[in-house]
Amino acid sequence: MIEEKFASGQSLIHQLDPKIRILTSIVLSVATALCDHLYLAGIYFLISIGLILMAGLNGMDVLKRLKPLFWFLLMIWIILPLSFDGETMVRLYGLKLTAPGVILCCKITIKSITILLIFTALIATMTIASLGNGLHRIHVPDKMVFLLLMSYRYISVIESEYKRLLRAAKFRGFTPKTNLHSYKTYAYLAGMLFVRASVRAERVYQAMLCRGFNQKFHTLDVYPSNRLNSKFLTGISVASLSLVIIEIFWV
Amino acid sequence: MHISEGVLSGPVLAAGAVIAVAGTSLGLKKIEYDRIVHVAILASAFFVASLIHVNIGPASVHLILNGIVGLLLGVAAFPAILTALLLQSVFFQYGGLTALGVNVVVMAVPAVLSHYLFLPLLGKSSTLNFTAGFLAGLFSILFSSLLLGAALWFTNHNFFETSFAIIMAHIPVMIIEGIITGFCVTFFLKVYPEIIPLRKK
Repeated sequence: MIEEKFASGQSLIHQLDPKIRILTSIVLSVATALCDHLYLAGIYFLISIGLILMAGLNGMDVLKRLKPLFWFLLMIWIILPLSFDGETMVRLYGLKLTAPGVILCCKITIKSITILLIFTALIATMTIASLGNGLHRIHVPDKMVFLLLMSYRYISVIESEYKRLLRAAKFRGFTPKTNLHSYKTYAYLAGMLFVRASVRAERVYQAMLCRGFNQKFHTLDVYPSNRLNSKFLTGISVASLSLVIIEIFWV
Repeated sequence: MHISEGVLSGPVLAAGAVIAVAGTSLGLKKIEYDRIVHVAILASAFFVASLIHVNIGPASVHLILNGIVGLLLGVAAFPAILTALLLQSVFFQYGGLTALGVNVVVMAVPAVLSHYLFLPLLGKSSTLNFTAGFLAGLFSILFSSLLLGAALWFTNHNFFETSFAIIMAHIPVMIIEGIITGFCVTFFLKVYPEIIPLRKK
């Protein structure tokens, strides 16, 4: 279930320094989020598609990742055009669809897909270890990076404990239903996950101390300075900045 | 429970990011290095617990359990929830970077509040334990959905109906989270009371 599907690759994006990728994705996502103009949002969308292509990702896999978003967008498209104030665009069976509502839906759809594509192309294409490394080098506090790496390390362990507990419950004839007994079982199961996590944390920390843990993680990855890095960061920043300026002064 | 990208306005996103950064730095300051592994692995448990689906009638909802994280971790719930949400976006694409701050606030502020509101009630009697747990679970989801609704409403007052629909849709979730958190808390106190940071008498 937990897999870093996009993390390995030889594309241009994969060769970039994680730090540069984090910075560019922040710049580009923020610019997109602040954009309030339909056509300009379209340009950001094209840029994000370009990034996905540059990363050489499989289109179907990317679409699959967007699935949770599509449910949300469906809800937005059902509620907003009907509930928004503004001039009526179409009347259907006594319901009126308003123009501002529909335009807002379009904007939200484009912007949300764009921001997720940027994230997929730039951040999901690195391992969590590289992400930690990149965050450390943009001066995110050590403790935060430590939390991220450590928590990632133990997700699969805790998940297999969850599966074991669930299997044990099923062997004993547990079938989930809508009743208090089912909720109690799930509560004890979740509770056991937290208890085991806490007990394990104690052991892990002692094991780390035994191995001379001095509150620092060292990375073995080396990212050679590559002229591509600064060009990429500058290119994306200039593009975002000019779109922001265009929106402020001309639109 | 999370807000998708591309919906909220700049000021709301900025406010969310500022509060999230402030809460997280406060939380990080509170975590000593000998507790940090504990916080990290509880964050993993929080991540995994959110994969548990429980039935309501023909549908199912996944657990959130930010109330439990709040009870167990206090202010440290901020960095723990941030970690879990960031990992969720990397693995499942449940969001990007710009709404991360707001989503952390939506989940973590109620968690931290329930720590201070309901933890003092624990450890007195078993009925009170369940009730306090129930209230912590219910309150966390209620307050989270109110915050989520408020974020939408501040973005555009026309989102009122959407916010209202979201809050209404979370009422069954509140009740289920209340029940589960209540049982969970009684389970902790029976099986491994050390996990709950009770005040020493």
